[in-house]
Formats: sequence, C-alpha cells, structure tokens
Amino acid sequence: MAALAAAGKKVKTFVIDGKDVSGTEDQTIIEVCRENNIEIPTLCYLDGLTEIGACRLCLVEVRGSNKLLPACVTKVQDNMEVVTSSDKLKNYRVKILELLFSERNHICSVCVSNGICELQNLAQRLGMTHVHYPYLFPKLEVDASHERFVLDNNRCILCTRCVRVCDEIEGAHTWDIMGRGIESMVITDLNKPWGESESCTSCGKCVAVCPTGALVEKYKNAVDKSFSYKKDKLKFLPYLTTMREVKNEQS
Amino acid sequence: MSKVKAATIWLDGCSGCHMSFLDMDERIIDLLEKVDLVYSPLVDNKEFPEMVDVTLVEGAVSSKEDLEKIKKVRERTKILVSLGDCAVTANVPSMRNPFGVDAIMKHAYVDTAVTKDIIPNEVIPELLEYSRPVHNFVKVDLFLQGCPPPADAIYFLLTELLEGRMPDLTKVSRLGK
Amino acid sequence: MLIEELLEYAEKLRDRDKPGKHAIKVCSAAGCLSLKSDAVAEELKKKITEAGLEEECWVKPVGCLGLCSKGPLVTVDTDGKVYQEVKPTDAGRIIARAAEGVSKETDPFFTRQQKIVLENSGQVDPEKIQDYILRDGYLALNEVLELTPQEVIDEVTLSGLRGRGGAGYPTGLKWNTVAKTGNVGKYVICNADEGDPGAFMDRSVLEGDPHRVLEGMAIAAFAVGATEGFVYVRAEYPLAIKRLKNAIKQAERAGVLGKNIFGTTFSFAVEIRIGAGAFVCGEETALIASIEGRRGQPRPRPPYPAQVGLWGSPTLINNVETFANIAPIMRHGGEWYAAIGTEKSKGTKVFALAGKINNTGLIEVPMGTKLRDVIYDIGGGIPDGKKFKAVQTGGPSGGCIPEQFLDHPIDYESLGALGSIMGSGGMIIMDETSCMVDVAKYFLDFTKDESCGKCVPCRVGTVQLYSILDRITKGEGTMEDLDELDDLCDLVKNTSLCGLGQAAPNPVLSTIQYFRDEYVAHIIEKRCPAGVCKIHKGERKQKEEVMA
Repeated sequence: MAALAAAGKKVKTFVIDGKDVSGTEDQTIIEVCRENNIEIPTLCYLDGLTEIGACRLCLVEVRGSNKLLPACVTKVQDNMEVVTSSDKLKNYRVKILELLFSERNHICSVCVSNGICELQNLAQRLGMTHVHYPYLFPKLEVDASHERFVLDNNRCILCTRCVRVCDEIEGAHTWDIMGRGIESMVITDLNKPWGESESCTSCGKCVAVCPTGALVEKYKNAVDKSFSYKKDKLKFLPYLTTMREVKNEQS
Repeated sequence: MSKVKAATIWLDGCSGCHMSFLDMDERIIDLLEKVDLVYSPLVDNKEFPEMVDVTLVEGAVSSKEDLEKIKKVRERTKILVSLGDCAVTANVPSMRNPFGVDAIMKHAYVDTAVTKDIIPNEVIPELLEYSRPVHNFVKVDLFLQGCPPPADAIYFLLTELLEGRMPDLTKVSRLGK
Repeated sequence: MLIEELLEYAEKLRDRDKPGKHAIKVCSAAGCLSLKSDAVAEELKKKITEAGLEEECWVKPVGCLGLCSKGPLVTVDTDGKVYQEVKPTDAGRIIARAAEGVSKETDPFFTRQQKIVLENSGQVDPEKIQDYILRDGYLALNEVLELTPQEVIDEVTLSGLRGRGGAGYPTGLKWNTVAKTGNVGKYVICNADEGDPGAFMDRSVLEGDPHRVLEGMAIAAFAVGATEGFVYVRAEYPLAIKRLKNAIKQAERAGVLGKNIFGTTFSFAVEIRIGAGAFVCGEETALIASIEGRRGQPRPRPPYPAQVGLWGSPTLINNVETFANIAPIMRHGGEWYAAIGTEKSKGTKVFALAGKINNTGLIEVPMGTKLRDVIYDIGGGIPDGKKFKAVQTGGPSGGCIPEQFLDHPIDYESLGALGSIMGSGGMIIMDETSCMVDVAKYFLDFTKDESCGKCVPCRVGTVQLYSILDRITKGEGTMEDLDELDDLCDLVKNTSLCGLGQAAPNPVLSTIQYFRDEYVAHIIEKRCPAGVCKIHKGERKQKEEVMA
C-alpha cells in the first residue's frame, strides 16, 4: 500500500540530525523521523488524524529558517538540514510540558491512566524534574453522565485528538472546543452533558486516542486485564491510518 | 571520617514515602555506616539540628506550620531533596485547592461531622490558601518523583550523594509511580 | 457603464443634491457622532434655510477629520479652518463666516500631515458614490482594466508598498504569488478586523471613504485573477458596516462592482462578513477559518493563504489601509509613491494617536517622520505640562519606546530595532503618571484573554506571564521573577503558533529593557514610582511568599 501511495511522487533527500534520509514530497518531517527511528515528542499529533501543530513539542530547527518549525506539519524539502534535539529544543520542550502540568490538575498518583499516560511518559522521557511555574489549580468539572465513559477536564490538555477523531473518522463531530485561551474546554454537542448527547455513537474512539486520563472508561483503570480502549490503544491506532488511506483514495 | 548528617521530615503527606524509605530494608544498615540520621519521624529527636548535609522532605506545604518547618529546615540543610510527588507537585494534598479553604473546612468539620459541628481554631495549624510543592517556598536541590518513589530510587539517590554526585533522578522514578 | 457615462451619472446625482457654493462639512464619523455632530448638522441646515442662504452654503456630512478629541468638528470647503468642539448654538456664526470667505487652517495638526489614504476622508460624503467618483474615484480601476494583470502587479511592486496590517510584507510580492498560483476560484479578502486597543485607522477609512477600499480590492482582484471578495469587519464597527454595505450597493448600481465592470469581461463581487469579537481573527488563517464558518483559530503557515486560503483556494488578504493605497498608486504611478517615505518603507502611514497626548485622533504622515514630530508637532505634546515617558506602537504586539529614541524615524525597520513594531498603526502615548509594569500587565491581560487556546505556549504562557506581572505590581515579586519573565518571554515568543503569541511578550520585553528600574523599584523598594500600583508596605501577606 505504501509503495502504491509513493508512486508518482517526487522523492526528496535531506539530512536529519546528521543522518541522510529521504521521503516523498508530501511527507512531513515527523513521518520521515518515525520511519528512521528518530524520536520526536508530540502530544497533539496522531498518525491518521489531521495535523494541527498545536502542542509545539515537535518543534525542530531547520537550517536557514529563523523560526522553529513544527515537524508534524512541515513538509520535507530537498537538502534541508533538520535538527531534532538541540539543547535549546530540549529546554523549550520541558518548559512546554511544565506549562501543561501547571495549567490543570494533573495528579498522576490518583489518575486511572497512571502508567500509560503520554503526558506523564513524556515528562519522564524529557527529564522534567519538577514544574517550576506556579500551578493554577483551576476548578473544573467532571462529566460522568455517559453510561460508559467519563470526561475529566482536570486532565485534559486540549490536544483535540478527540475532536478530530470524532469528526474525521467516526463522522459524528460530537466533540468540539468551547471558550478561548485558558478557558478553552472540550465539550460534547452544544455543551450538553455527554450522556445526553444526540450525536455520540458511543464508539469509544475519543477514549482510545486521548493521551491522558481526560477521557476514560468507567469501572476500568489502565492496568485492567479486561479489554480497555486505553490499554489496547496500540491495537486500535493502526485502524486510524487505514481509515485515512481509504478516505484519501476515495477523494 | 565523620559521618554524613542526614535528616528526613514529613509535611502534608501520607508517610508513604517514609514507608518506601524503610523498604530499603537491610540496605539501611549499610547506609548507616556512612550516614548519621540526625532527625526523622523515624527517630526520637525533637529539634531539627544545625548543619545537616542532606534532608529528604516528604509532603506538600499546606499549613503555616509546614511553612515554618520547611524554612527552618532549609536554613539548616546543605542539600534539600523533595521526596515524592507531594513534595514535588503537591499531589493529593493539592486536590483541595480548587475548592478553597473555607469550603474544605466546612466539609470536613461541619457537613460530615458526627459529634460536634464546629471548625476548630486551635490544635490544628492554620491552612494556607493553597497546598503547594516545597520548591514554591524554598530552594530545592533535587527532586525525586514517585508516589511513593521506589526504595531502589531512594537508595540510588543516597548512594550517589554519598559518592559526591548530584544524580539524574528522572531515570529511576516518575510522577505517580 | 463606461467611464464617461459614470462621470455623467455622478454629476447628475450631485446636481440632484442642489449643493450651494460653500460646503460646510460636518464630521459624521463615529467619534464626532458620539459627541452629537448630527445635532450640529441639523442646526446648520435649519439656520441656512432660515437665512435663505441655500445658494451660498450647504451642509455636507463627511468622514473623519482627524482631531477626534476636539469634536464635533466642522470645516468649510477644502483646507478651510476646522472648527473644534462645535455646539449647535455655533451654527449661525459658522454660516456667517462661510459666506464671507474661507480662512485657511494653520494648526500644525492639520498642516504637517500628508494624506494619501485619508485624502478623501473629511472631504467626501461617505454615503454618496458620486462624491467619490468626482474626486477621481474608480478612475484607477478603469485605467487598470486596460492593462495586463502583470502590469498592475509591477506597478504595485514598483511603489514599494508594504502590508499595513502589521507585518509589512511587500504587497507586490504577495499579489504576484497569488496571481501565479492556480487559475480559477481565487479570492480577495480585506482584513478589517481591527482589534488593537486604541487603534481606529481602518474604522475611519471605512466610515469616511469606503469606496476607496472597494476600488483597491477590485484592482487587486483583477491583478491576481479573483472574482469574489470578502470584507471581514468586526461587529463592533456598526457604522463602518452600514456605510460599507451602502457603498457596495451603490458601486454595483454604478457598474464598478459586479458583472462586467466598465463593460469588460472582468467581474468582481464583494460580500461582507462580520466578526464576532475575537482579536485573533485578525490573524489571516484564523480570519479565513472564521469566514468558512469554523472556529476562528490560526493554523501553521506554510502553506500561506496565497497558496491555500479560503476554502482551499489561493487567496489574497490585505488590510484596509493597504487596499486604500492602491487607487492612488495606480493613478499617480508606483514611482510617485516610492518617492515618499524611506528607503525600505515607502509611502505614508496612518496612526491613531491615543493616551496622554493633547491631540487625540487620526493622522497620516510620510514614513520616516520622527516620533518626536508626531508626538509634539502634530500631537501637540503631553497635556497638563506632564513629562513624556514612552510611546507604545503596534498595539498589544508592540513595544514601549522611551524618550531617548524619539528622534528615530518611523519605519518598519527602525521600530523593529527598538523592540517594537509598526503594527497596524496604534500609537499610545504615556506620561510620567503611567507605570510601565502596569502597562505591560495591561497588555498581557489583553493577550491572555484573546489567546485562542490552540497552542500551549500562548494559552498557558501568557497566563503565567500575567501572574508574574500581577505579583510584581502588588509588591510581591522577587528579582528571580525578572529573570523568569525574560525566560518565559523567550519561550512564548519562539514557540507560539501564530503572531499573537509570538508578539505577546513584546510589551514585557521592551519595558524590562527600557524601564528595568521601575520593575526593580516595585520588587526591592516595594514602591510604584508612578504611583499607579497599590502596594501596602509591611502588610504583605506572609503566607503567600511564593518563590516560584
């Protein structure tokens, strides 16, 4: 399938972290990095969903550009020189994580996603020792009105993966964002309780793609032995890519 | 050679980090050959001594008493270590923060009271507006995350310090572990 | 309609109005209207009728005359003396003087300016297309249609015009990119989502001379090959929207908008889209999202709207003032325009003077004019004998420039070198009673509220910046906070997704750079030098000594 997709596309050769790599003209830096086992941290990007460049963790340096560029949306170009992990970038990434932790009430020890949370894992991987910004401690709602799932805004990082998967893959567009700035909040329908949503199909895709414990299944925690969308994420995610490929072929 | 003077204290925490400390088991005996535990909830000493080399702090700073304690400890300690998520992030104690002190006190002492429904103004220390991590109030030199940090991580921390190294602790523990 | 027919049409409309010899022009822009200039106009009309002077004088509502703080403004004919703070009871005297003959205006506020964008503002009746046509309106469009699109773009490129929305991107280059991308279904968008606090350049142009913007858009559409256009204007400008709607209707009736303009194959239709009060929608990709009916949030660029814009089509977005410059450039030639201004910043720029300055209002000066000339000669200096402290240019994305740089020329590069920006043209003057920490806090309060919330550094970083500034103004800051401000500003500036976040730290950075002593006074001495911040000495909350 990949070979088929690559047919008729121009191939670009360039350098990432001193390593010669190549990709087709429609590929982004992050895609080529992943093919070459170069790790780039990200929270909003998810293979199979539209890239939005919002979390800013995948920023990379590209020689000749005075701005840092998000690897998830930047298309590859011939002869570009990409640096993915300079000290400057590492420093920025840790601080962005710290900002995320300071924003809402992320209390790992009591979180159902403890151990499989992408935010938590990144904090460890990127060496975040503590959050030096003052915590904001906002008072946020938990919506447990849905019969199978829970939304806990305290743990939401506004990556909008749920919004995108619901719109682009499930086609329901139950999720969206309300408010702006620090007041932004994910909502179901027109800010109705999730349990009363008329558009939600209860498919659970939003729960599967949520990187943190903001969207979870009731009566299950991350290490449950029975089927869990969160735990079985890796089994679920390739489905997104397949769906997108089907969609692309149709259009 | 004189022994390294170490201390541990707990502020607003559950003592789980100290339990984890004890989980080092017989390794504590090895450590005590090089370390003198001069102050700790685990030993009987009423006054925090001067000139302590390293102090492990468990718990968040939640009350005026915590604040006074940690300030004194900081003054008397060379290397201050935040031990565990409560000290590093305020963790569970911080869960009261969005609600405000008044609501919390009312809930604890009035709404759910079984005997007398009054908010005590003596005996318990006055709460700060927010329960916050230790480094919000005093300088912290090392952070060991974990709820609680594993005994191995605490052992690693102490042995590294004894070797005169400031260890990278993000590899041995993480938030919520 | 051909151009001759258009002129005939305009003259017919003019004659229908039965104008007298002397036009008594009453400002009918938002500022003067709010000071009841409509009552002045009514009284003037009444007095003219009473005195039987219909042959001599007639009352003409016009757009902004500039000196907004001294309204309602009334003037007679062209370059006549501008009567300030006119009351209805002054009507009789004004009519008597008008009949005697015109005394020229000598106030430097008026004489020191050079007007291109505002040349018709205060001259034409913004609700009558004939007035615009009779002042060479739509002449440029007519001429342009005989050129090739490339010739039009070349002329704009030659003029050296740069985008007046803030970033200063060369207009000709942008047009060229759109022209060369794709073939059909392109769009032209006029960005009238002016949102900087204290700035009202675009509003005044739309209220005072809406046809000029439409003509600029039509010329642009011809040059880039677009057939549809949108004006995205904020809902807070009801008068501008009303006059724009009226202008579009008139222009369509006169055949200068719509199908087969001037009898050629070129067609161009303009629609209005009204914003819903989000500052970020002035950012071009957020603006496009808003027009498309989606949440007004920016997306990463590239691809730029010139390549992938409205509904995925190549789209030209320029600001109101940029479009307002187009017709004169085409009429007089790019070389004429390029002769005005400095080497890299050509032409004139409109500024909205606000804050602690005598002549609050709207001005237009050539690029390269010194800040000092604008503030003291045109602006009339600082009121009440107070001392000048700083001028803030470019709105919430700009910086504060202190006294020692007042002799620097106003152009894109100079302002950038001083840590500020040209921006859209807001200019807020501060005197010794302004606290610079408080000023920085004010702007961060604005940006944190206007952040769309999409990217993390802007959404959370601006809030953290604000809370540090808030602590400092309360006397609870530490010297570490100053370093933290620097560090956090660097993060927000370099990692935010769009211009809003990238520029949000500017007010903080520039005030720390030029007024560090004021920050230090708040932190160390627990004292606000300007006396703005309320710091209670000795009563500091012990419990909240957060170091952070």
